[in-house]
Amino acid sequence: MFAALVRYPVPSIVKVEDLHKTYDNGLEALKGVTLDIEEGEILALLGPNGAGKTTLISTICGITVPTSGRISVGGHDVQSEWRAARKLIGLVPQEINLEPFEFVQSTLRFSRGLFGKPRNDALVDDVLKDLALHDRRGSKTSELSGGMRRRVLIAKALAHEPRVLFLDEPTAGVDVELRRDMWALVGRLREDGVTIILTTHYIEEAEAIADRVGVINSGELLLVEEKSALMQRLGRKEIRIELTQPVEAIPDALADYDLVRAEDGRSLTYAYKATGERTGITRLLTAVQAAGLTLSDIQTRQSSLEDIFVRLVREEAE
Amino acid sequence: MNWYGIAAIWQFEMGRFFRSILQSIVSPVVSTALYFVVFGAAIGSRMPEIESVDYGAFIVPGLIMLTVLQQSVQNAGFGIYFPKFIGTIYEVLSAPISSLEIVIGYVGAAATKSILIGLIILVTSLFFVEFSIVHPVLMLAFLVLTAVSFSLLGFILGIWARNFEQLNLVPLLIVTPLVFLGGSFYSVSMLPPFWQNVSLLNPVLYLVSGFRWSFFGTADVPIVASLAAIFVFAGLCLGIVWWIFRTGYRLKP
Repeated sequence: MFAALVRYPVPSIVKVEDLHKTYDNGLEALKGVTLDIEEGEILALLGPNGAGKTTLISTICGITVPTSGRISVGGHDVQSEWRAARKLIGLVPQEINLEPFEFVQSTLRFSRGLFGKPRNDALVDDVLKDLALHDRRGSKTSELSGGMRRRVLIAKALAHEPRVLFLDEPTAGVDVELRRDMWALVGRLREDGVTIILTTHYIEEAEAIADRVGVINSGELLLVEEKSALMQRLGRKEIRIELTQPVEAIPDALADYDLVRAEDGRSLTYAYKATGERTGITRLLTAVQAAGLTLSDIQTRQSSLEDIFVRLVREEAE
Repeated sequence: MNWYGIAAIWQFEMGRFFRSILQSIVSPVVSTALYFVVFGAAIGSRMPEIESVDYGAFIVPGLIMLTVLQQSVQNAGFGIYFPKFIGTIYEVLSAPISSLEIVIGYVGAAATKSILIGLIILVTSLFFVEFSIVHPVLMLAFLVLTAVSFSLLGFILGIWARNFEQLNLVPLLIVTPLVFLGGSFYSVSMLPPFWQNVSLLNPVLYLVSGFRWSFFGTADVPIVASLAAIFVFAGLCLGIVWWIFRTGYRLKP
């Protein structure tokens, strides 16, 4: 609570106000999304398929025309000052779209030029090195592996030195090792001061790299919160008490604790709020002992973002 | 103006041309040679002079126009359709580049290619027939204007097309017949009066006629009419392109 007071106000680099998007076929993809993205942060937009993540990103980047609402990037309205706004943005789309017969290096030069930047081969080389593509700069994009092609897409987006980078499902269909590489890259970019917005439906991804997490479902932003605060606020802890002797039923003396008995009767599980000042653990353990049970082990587990996410989306549906 | 952006598109598209340089240059040269063998030597030897121009020379402007029109429509259509088809268009649409700049880049590149091919055919034909060009500057102006306006048409086609079939159908079913019936290989005065009048509805007739006038100083229709026709056509295409970008037609959902 104190931390919230001490935090300095960070200027938001992307501001989305009451954004609506209804497609021509009547699909309402965004239903009034308001979102402030702070400079230098990593924001993960989490949501199931079809939640509106890609529409939100496409609308900020100017590929999709908003039905109503306002968007600004770096203080520039994306519609009236689109040129200034778009210069700041790099976009890595979900689909791997690359000109098959084009060489890696020339696709980067193209991207840089397209965004109004003069040719700079040294910078293009640096980007290629950073993405471990330098050896393949003379290859045709069609000759590269899937992981490499995805990195080419990122390199293209970075070739024009964006301040804000949108990564739409950067690790969808990517193996574990590549995913870790991607996360490391995102970390390096953040150190350079690039603001990163990534969409994902892998909760572990948000958990691993994001500063803040936004949960989006059916075109609505359910919440945007600091990852740690979110986990703390909604996170529950569990304590599992393993017993040397199985119990047939929960002893009456422990009836107040809402314990869950494992099927084999060898353990009891107690859930409590991680943020609560009085967790009741001490009282519980004393009571367990008083009931004549002997412990063989104790385990605690914090609920993951996944549990939180599933709960939020389910509550929304109900 | 985002000049770097225009240059990037232009270079990228020209890269496509030069990657397949053999196909880009050899195929027009071969087909030109074939036309000269068939129309020039075989048929031309039995044809009288048309308006005091040897038949072999008479078909040169028509032949250049035929190829320039086809190439312009095809190159510009493919140039914008392909990024749409494979999805790379997202980058252009999200870049700080205006619709006018996008058009200059793509249409400029397509027109450059077809002008180059037109000039290659012109040079090739010098090996087969003798002729001189009466108004060389106007000839170039006609070539450029035609290439640009038909590249605009191709650009529209590329945005409109939903598949490769549609993309190829228009040049095949509309452009080629219009060129053949536009007096590329004959003077419309050789047609019966009824067909002469029908021909006057064909916009390509004005282009071929004007282009031929710049070579030989003779024309089927007044040069002013030819110039007017090409400007009206270019203006019409520009208007449609402007509308496409204004509404996001088949580009932005």
